Amino acid sequence: MTPERFEMVVGLEVHVQLKTRTKAFCGCSTDFGAPPNVNTCPVCLALPGALPVLNEHAVELATRAALGLGCVVNPVSVFARKNYFYPDLPKGYQISQFDQPLATGGFVIIGKSEKGIDVQIGITRLHMEEDAGKSIHDRYPGATAIDLNRSGVPLIEIVSEPDIRTAASAGAYLRTLKQILQYLDVSDVSMEEGSLRVDANISVRPPGQAKLGTKTEVKNMNSFSAVEKALESEFNRQCALLAAGGKVEQQTLLWDGARETVRPSRTKEGSHDYRYFPEPDLRPLMLDAKWIDNARKNLPELPEARKTRLVQEYGISPTEIEQLTATPALSDYFEAVARASKDGKGAYNWVMGEVMAALRASGEEITGFKVRPADLAQLLNLVRDGTVSHTAAKQVFARMAETGKPAAQVAADDGLLQVGDEAAIATWVDEVLTEHPEEAKRYLAGEKKLQGVLVGFVMKKSKGRADPKRVNQLLSARGG
Amino acid sequence: MSVENFTKLGASAIASSVRAGQVSPADMIRASFQRAGEIGAGRDELNIVLYADEKASIKEADEMQARVNSAVDLGVLAGVPVAIKDNIASLGLPTTCASRILEGYVSPFEATAVTRLRANGALVVAKTNMDEFAMGSSTENSAYGPTRNPYDVRCVAGGSSGGSAAAVAAGITPIALGSETGGSVRQPAAFCGVVGVKPTYGRVSRYGLVAFASSLDQIGVIGRSVDDAALGLEAIAGFDKMDSTSSDADVPIYRLAALGKPAPEARDPDTEAIRIGRSPVPLPPPPSSTTLAGVVIGKPKEYFPDSLDASIKALCERALDGFRSMGATIRDISLPRTPLAIPVYYILAPAEASSNLARFDGVRYGLRVDPGKGLKAMYEATRSAGFGREVTRRILLGTYVLSAGYYDAYYKKAQAVRTLIADDFRSVFASGVNAIFTPTTPTPAFPVGAISDPYEMYLNDIFTVTANLAGVPAISVPIGRMKRLPVGGQIITAHFDEYTMFRVAYALEASLGSGAHE
Repeated sequence: MTPERFEMVVGLEVHVQLKTRTKAFCGCSTDFGAPPNVNTCPVCLALPGALPVLNEHAVELATRAALGLGCVVNPVSVFARKNYFYPDLPKGYQISQFDQPLATGGFVIIGKSEKGIDVQIGITRLHMEEDAGKSIHDRYPGATAIDLNRSGVPLIEIVSEPDIRTAASAGAYLRTLKQILQYLDVSDVSMEEGSLRVDANISVRPPGQAKLGTKTEVKNMNSFSAVEKALESEFNRQCALLAAGGKVEQQTLLWDGARETVRPSRTKEGSHDYRYFPEPDLRPLMLDAKWIDNARKNLPELPEARKTRLVQEYGISPTEIEQLTATPALSDYFEAVARASKDGKGAYNWVMGEVMAALRASGEEITGFKVRPADLAQLLNLVRDGTVSHTAAKQVFARMAETGKPAAQVAADDGLLQVGDEAAIATWVDEVLTEHPEEAKRYLAGEKKLQGVLVGFVMKKSKGRADPKRVNQLLSARGG
Repeated sequence: MSVENFTKLGASAIASSVRAGQVSPADMIRASFQRAGEIGAGRDELNIVLYADEKASIKEADEMQARVNSAVDLGVLAGVPVAIKDNIASLGLPTTCASRILEGYVSPFEATAVTRLRANGALVVAKTNMDEFAMGSSTENSAYGPTRNPYDVRCVAGGSSGGSAAAVAAGITPIALGSETGGSVRQPAAFCGVVGVKPTYGRVSRYGLVAFASSLDQIGVIGRSVDDAALGLEAIAGFDKMDSTSSDADVPIYRLAALGKPAPEARDPDTEAIRIGRSPVPLPPPPSSTTLAGVVIGKPKEYFPDSLDASIKALCERALDGFRSMGATIRDISLPRTPLAIPVYYILAPAEASSNLARFDGVRYGLRVDPGKGLKAMYEATRSAGFGREVTRRILLGTYVLSAGYYDAYYKKAQAVRTLIADDFRSVFASGVNAIFTPTTPTPAFPVGAISDPYEMYLNDIFTVTANLAGVPAISVPIGRMKRLPVGGQIITAHFDEYTMFRVAYALEASLGSGAHE
């Protein structure tokens, strides 16, 4: 029996850190990378007598995320205690939400089927909770160090329906989800910094069977492609087990990226009884219908809407739009250039060409890129009105990316303004004809196709400053 | 006034003398420590006080004296020594919940209630003994041994706030803070012949109160008199942004309830002057046939069973006669779910406790016992060594009732019954009853060591635990003696109606006069 005999069934649990200045239940900073245990207080250290107070901004961001993912935001949700002992969980319980979560019933569209129908992954629920601290096992021999800076940082957990059927669609779901959350501006969604974490529930069954197979939970994946690889690997493992007449055991598995395989977790997750009960230190979270409506009205533009609009407003082709809208920052940048230069196509070519190349080369993010949209737009305008030639523009751009100076200033400082002056161009033409006697002789003898080569020599000599139109005219006059 | 009669002075008398410069705050501190020494409040005698620092307290009092001299407004509790139960976080003195697991622990922050007492001029002189983590009804569960009743050293002081009640009864301080989860202020107040009030849930911030059962816990005040309790509660009540379950309802000036009239407007300038101590409280008229005119007092049959001790019954009847003579109407009522209160309480309180006490794990503070055999062994050794028997019993009970498969049958069912118990009170108050009167406890103080069966001990809370489950305010006032031992009567009112509760309590105290201690 082969994997073709089985269907993969996957549901994903995604933890996302909300972009708040302070923690979920106290005033401590959420800054990433502070020295250990600096961002702590009686509340997030769980000192005797301390009490949690809910961060309203966290509620706003969680609600925005829920609405952006098409969820119903519940007017009443209840915080609950998830009880378990671990040294990096100072209270001995995590404040989470259990049977009355913030939001339920959303969806993410991850693409279109062959018949052109939207492929949709359902979202079961979205709830708020707090992060635990960090256990560091490899720092001191024979001891574990605890850093509680992250203790109490606000998270949302987004639980998908078991709608995912392939590893690739799991990847597509995660990439789409990340993009939506970026557009909503609720999180940094960085797997490296731990602001986005993914756990996968996976089972297999013969196609057509309604009943779900026994699932395993796979953790410890540090990138979207690791999720895809881990699912593929675990799918094959489960298929092989069943094909050999064995049974899948419900367990928690850890993805080993180096060996590209899963191994059982040391802790028996399945044996945990979290003894959930309503958190008596916090009142139920009551959200006014008007407040929710208002949040819905003020949602930022989502990726699909932005794509449609940019195609319409700036004449970008549907095939080009995906890359341009990959992140809100990139499409914001594009749109600012397009607006200021009134040249959508030109802005697109520059952003996807020179800008992307420069970012790839330097490893910078678009948000910190030295060439601000207004400056790039100015460069486009200089090219359009003939002040800077196309060739020189690339040099101007390179200097702008280095120095952050405006286009006009760079062009002037570096002598890259286009030269339309007849005498100067005539001198360059004469020099070129003298320096390349063979080509000059053949051209003057009537070999017209050499004109392009000679124009190239002139442009090179002028360092791109010569107006190519004038060069052509002059050469034609000589040859004529 | 003079320092000689310190043990009889009320808080407001002390404060006005200090404000007038007749006595110094340091005089009051010395008087308090002198009394504690005379009576033997230390660990090997009555075992009332766990922690005190006379030098530090006198230094604090001297600093206050400088402010007396510069005519700065000192607050309604200026120079009043107060004692604080050991589960309420205080700066300076340890906060150990009378548990080995917190031995030596000093909180880096202070409970809002303590901060407010200090802001009103009070001086903290002692942390008092208690049942470990407030779990008990006799202060015998303290890791540091039982507190003895000042009226009869063979007997318990009650619990869990036994140290605070005994401190006030012994004349060490006129006011002490205790905490309630199921009667832990009212029961020891009754046993020690002092006044103990448990406010409405949410009336006083729980910030800094080490949690036992968060949905029931409330800081309460013990006083020598109703007036002391009213003044103390006034000082600590009101919204606190650090406690999401605290209420922003207005806090009336409870002392004005002594005048026998409805509460005056909260923002009236004359009453504001009284609130901050600029104007004295008008003297109440002597009790008369109109003191409680129009007040309906309910007498619930479930709190006066046939099995109730005849002497306690007789003292309650005397109190009820007093109410009648002051113009109140006594109405027989029923709170039918009362018998369910103890079982419900002993499901919900341990459930919350099992979670609240999880933080005592030896990782960050307090005791750590590490046999060097890994994390789980460290947890087990620390918690086994750190917690006493009753605390361990309740953690186990609570863990059990929250476990998968038992949650619905125990916790959820108990929550549903709790709602019914609250409904009992709601419908009685909606029917025109203004206050409910009951005995505070079924017996007076019992000898140390007399009750060894935990369930028998739990039954001590039978008349008090309902107010915690319903969240309503209640006060215990001395109503007489039974073989030298004090007996308390309880007044319960509707949510946030402490004013009426105090009005009835003032009237009761006035009508009994010295009979309250006979």
